Amino acid sequence: MKLSYYPGCSLNGTALDYDKSVREVCGRLGIELVEIDDWNCCGASSAHMTSHEVGMRLPMRNLLLAARLGHDILVPCAACFQRLKAAEKSLKEDPGYWDLGPYSADMKIIHISSLLASQDFLELIKQHMQMALSDLPIACYYGCLSLRHPKITGVENFEQPRTLERIVETLGARPVGWSHRTECCSGSLTMARPDIAQTLVGDIVAAVRRAGAKAMVTDCPMCQANVEGRQLDLDSQHYLPVFFATELISAALNGRYPEKQKKLHLVSADVLAEAMQTSRQNREDRI
Amino acid sequence: MHTETISPKETNKKLLAKLEERGIDVQACYQCGRCSAGCPITEFFDLTTMQVVRLAAYGMEETLLNSKAIWLCAACETCASRCPNDIEIAGLMDVLRELALRKGITPAEPRVPLFHQCFLGSIERWGRAYEVGLIAGYKMRSKDFTGDMKLGLKMFSKGKLSLMPHSIKAKGEIKKIFSGKGKEYER
Repeated sequence: MKLSYYPGCSLNGTALDYDKSVREVCGRLGIELVEIDDWNCCGASSAHMTSHEVGMRLPMRNLLLAARLGHDILVPCAACFQRLKAAEKSLKEDPGYWDLGPYSADMKIIHISSLLASQDFLELIKQHMQMALSDLPIACYYGCLSLRHPKITGVENFEQPRTLERIVETLGARPVGWSHRTECCSGSLTMARPDIAQTLVGDIVAAVRRAGAKAMVTDCPMCQANVEGRQLDLDSQHYLPVFFATELISAALNGRYPEKQKKLHLVSADVLAEAMQTSRQNREDRI
Repeated sequence: MHTETISPKETNKKLLAKLEERGIDVQACYQCGRCSAGCPITEFFDLTTMQVVRLAAYGMEETLLNSKAIWLCAACETCASRCPNDIEIAGLMDVLRELALRKGITPAEPRVPLFHQCFLGSIERWGRAYEVGLIAGYKMRSKDFTGDMKLGLKMFSKGKLSLMPHSIKAKGEIKKIFSGKGKEYER
């Protein structure tokens, strides 16, 4: 399977390790990624919130570049995914408005977890997995932009998504039922109004704790950075690490969670290493 | 059944025309309040989400453009995706923010649009977000020098913030997008 790859700016910066794990996991599962040459920023929230023109034309340039390659586009970042989908919709429905001529590319824009949660890839992951994540209680956190607005994202069960749960179950961890799976963490306000982000993140992590989870998993780089980072403002004995879905898959495929990767988290990520240690122990005990 | 058309002030008809052009039917609101009930930021708003929709339906542009709510909306799309009348409320917020900026109205929450400007400034210049540059720019202009110093240093020490910008080749194309070419026909 060959896909065009749009990493987006976060995966070049604050979520560099997300990029690494996406590439690694795709490689292991037989997905060839062709990075879109000279891609630009999708504009994220800032562009569409302040200028319709800029907010649409930035992602449109990427779509036109991707159309030359013709493959479906894999997007690991929730914000990039939503902006590319919004641009695609506008371009298809009203090309005349953008003076860009007819846009007939039929390539799909795919957010990573919906791809990896498909039956075929879950089977592959299961086959290649070296180590289960030993019943680690984990809260799957979707946030906003990979789901909403469903008219843009095309996600059917946007209030009750299951993609991350399906992935996590396959890895042998235990997804908990909890209340804030699709709540906003206010990532777009985190610099300008840290107090708001702190309140929302506080609510989210409190809900995770109520449900008895020891960690969170997401597929949005803004959520990951915001929920880990803003926890540091909260008074807590132990913070909750937020893993990327592909980070967990990579650990399970390799049978180990590298120390170097663990240290990239802003809060302690020991729980994953411990869960894998338990798995190892259980296996040795059986033998 | 008797129906009556709401007549906005003459000067605000342009706002309603703009909303119609974007397919945002604010008149469809029957005030169920689901938008406000699900808004994660509502406790920080000066107008509830539903009030924003209603004020827009009456063409009350001035109140809206001077509100904090338009800047504190995080564009999470919870309101719009739950609206039983399919009103694209988050899109309405976009229109209001853009209008406030174009009209040069002093924002009630100045740091929010300032952040957006710094972010977009970095995109305009490099084609991709340059975090260190945009953070420095934002800190200078907001005069918020000390906030998040610890967090920033922690991210930097973990290699999450690159000192160098990620520049693309076709910067000219990006500059063109920002220059407003294509907006000539009254966008």
